[in-house]
Amino acid sequence: MNSLKGLLASYNQDQYFCELLGLPDRQSVNPKTLKSIITRLDKLNLKALRKRAKDAERELYNLGITFTVYTDSQAIDRILPFDVIPRVISAQDFDIIDRGVKQRVAAINAFLKDIYHDQKILKDGIVPKQLVLGNENYCKHMEGVDIPGDTYVHICGIDIVRDLDGSFKVLEDNARTPSGVSYVVENRHLMLRTFPDLLKGIGVQRVSDYGMRLYQALADVAPKQAAEDPTIVLLSPGIYNSAYFEHVFIAREMGVPLVEGGDLVTENDTVYMKTTGGLSRVDVIYRRIGDDFLDPETFRKDSMLGVPGLFKAYQKGNVTLANAIGTGVADDKAIYAYMPRIIKYYLDEDAILSNVDTHICGEEDGLKYTLDNIDKLVVKPVGEAGGYGVLVGPRATKAELEQRRIELRDDPSNYISQPVVGLSVCPTLVPNGIEPRHVDLRPFAVTGKNTWVLPGGLTRVALNKGSLIVNSSQGGGSKDTWVLEK
Amino acid sequence: MKNSLLARFALNTFWLARYVERADSLARLLEVTETHSRDEHGDQDWQLILEVNGDLARFKSQYGKITAIDVVRFYALDRENPGSLVSTVSYARENARSLRHLISTEMWSQINVMHSNITGLKNKDIQLRRLAGLCATIKEDCQAHSGITEATLYRDQAYHFYWIGKMVERADQASRILDVGFTRSKKLGFTDENAGENLSHWTGLLRAIGGYQAYRRTHPIRLRAEEVTSFILLNDSFPRSVMYCIKEAHEYMVELIEDHGVETAKEALIALEDVKKQLSEADIQKLIDSDLHEFADTLQRQLITFTQKLAEGCFGQS
Repeated sequence: MNSLKGLLASYNQDQYFCELLGLPDRQSVNPKTLKSIITRLDKLNLKALRKRAKDAERELYNLGITFTVYTDSQAIDRILPFDVIPRVISAQDFDIIDRGVKQRVAAINAFLKDIYHDQKILKDGIVPKQLVLGNENYCKHMEGVDIPGDTYVHICGIDIVRDLDGSFKVLEDNARTPSGVSYVVENRHLMLRTFPDLLKGIGVQRVSDYGMRLYQALADVAPKQAAEDPTIVLLSPGIYNSAYFEHVFIAREMGVPLVEGGDLVTENDTVYMKTTGGLSRVDVIYRRIGDDFLDPETFRKDSMLGVPGLFKAYQKGNVTLANAIGTGVADDKAIYAYMPRIIKYYLDEDAILSNVDTHICGEEDGLKYTLDNIDKLVVKPVGEAGGYGVLVGPRATKAELEQRRIELRDDPSNYISQPVVGLSVCPTLVPNGIEPRHVDLRPFAVTGKNTWVLPGGLTRVALNKGSLIVNSSQGGGSKDTWVLEK
Repeated sequence: MKNSLLARFALNTFWLARYVERADSLARLLEVTETHSRDEHGDQDWQLILEVNGDLARFKSQYGKITAIDVVRFYALDRENPGSLVSTVSYARENARSLRHLISTEMWSQINVMHSNITGLKNKDIQLRRLAGLCATIKEDCQAHSGITEATLYRDQAYHFYWIGKMVERADQASRILDVGFTRSKKLGFTDENAGENLSHWTGLLRAIGGYQAYRRTHPIRLRAEEVTSFILLNDSFPRSVMYCIKEAHEYMVELIEDHGVETAKEALIALEDVKKQLSEADIQKLIDSDLHEFADTLQRQLITFTQKLAEGCFGQS
């Protein structure tokens, strides 16, 4: 590693695992590939790199690859900041992720099938009954409902980090409507356009067939009575949704209509879309709308986004929803703690990807441990997403720690705590040059009859120095993720 | 089934085309007004554009006195005015956004950039001395949109709705531009006898709709009110004439029904035939003498009826 010169000359990964360079005694990327990447980077000077980075961001903006932030008076289109230095994963390392994600998805689907049918895992006392049945994401309407292939989670995003020793750990499961896959593919396209010289001949696994894979998976779980070539649609809340770009992207990649609630109707417990020539039957709905908003007749009465009568059609098996209703109970941060046991219970295997140690504050021991060690722990609210409400103990002020202690005593079951993970870093272009920044990875798994994992995933990078929070709402950006060919 | 089109997408393509065409025409209308207000008649002309668009009362309540700069602001930057350039282009973009997975990346990206250029305009950018340049840019942007659409939009039902929307809007706008020009010439007392004075007026009008050269090919010497009116209303070969647009829209409506089996478009077709009938029966001399404004008004109302019938039949808005 001491051969670093040029752009990376002053790069210092500190004690962290570096996604490009590995650890001094544990390289991740094979030396030959590493050398070509570094040589190519070195050919660029900082000014040239910045120019290309600026071009890339301009292009994202012009293409409208944006998410929308709403303030009181106006809507502002923002791009997810894109860092031009790719995150590289070796084929061997990705193999672990691939197997680990497949295992986890299989366990999650088995768990959901079980808790909405026989509830064996609760009877056997592996997971506390209350944690499942009392969970606000548990959907009583789903009890006894059979769905094609017993696939509940068709699209799953699992957030994975690397610890100091380079081992992968799961931080969070996303089994509802995980987003971000559009950035994976668009980042690659952007990279191919702005850095063709960097990618050439390296041998990176392609990501562009995501739409086709998803289409096939959803066609596999179409209702039995659907035609050979089932009608699949993507249901979006509409153009004002902050993830609308992604909905467009997926609909386009799959070649299916992007519909809104108002485009669909139900008649005789069957779902139809309104076309210029009248009603046309719909077999599978990839919905990017939360459970609560799907059907005002069954769930929230005030929902303007959904389709009245949809649940009845679903219950009767006349339409498939992806993901199924009620999957949120499986990606809850409290259930997460039990995931290794859930994997063991259903698959009789040890978890390939381990969890980060998790203390459940709803349990007496967990609460005590958390209160006693709060300055060393990360404390997270169970139900929040987007990195909101996360307290990083070692970085917090005394007042913040005290405030969180009060909140913990007040509503303990709303929190879990975990040790601070020394998230791996990646060389990243920042105002001072190229410096290490912490990253995570969200691989995407698509499940119809079988599970396929997109090679790579969304690498999010915390652009603020030292920050461990990668969410876009908190100063995060993204990188192209290269999984090397075997 | 695979060839059917979601009703909302039909609506979106129809209005995408209309709004871009509307922005294009508004830029032309502003340009022609600005050109003519360079003479001693001043404010007079700026009132005319408000009258023709039926915006006079609203403008007065919002701005009070009619000044060139306020009228330009009202039509260029005013977001409260649904007919302003910034509003029109924003609506076009919203429609394009809903269609994004159906239209080419180039088509989306171009309209997205056009939108961000226009929303970035400041008061200093719409000063009168810059107005001609601004209008030219907008026309070019709209034409780039048309070119990309022509070259990349898949020719299915969606394209039909797009083209029908474009033609209907263009016919509507041509009738407005003609109305503005005509009313002005009346106010100033132009006749065919004082040709020298009104020459620049009719030339300007023809240029505004991009038809000066085309007109010259068929009328090499003269420029007369009657011929200019007839050219803009009834010419069969000039792509911005009202008749040309209505015939195009008619042809695409028939294809929609016959080739794509959109039976529900039949009532709209009947409404469009009414427009065609009114045009074919037009008595140009009579229009020039007295009825042109009313004629244009009727035409615009008929096109509104057509749009309503189309919405009821095809856009899922019954």
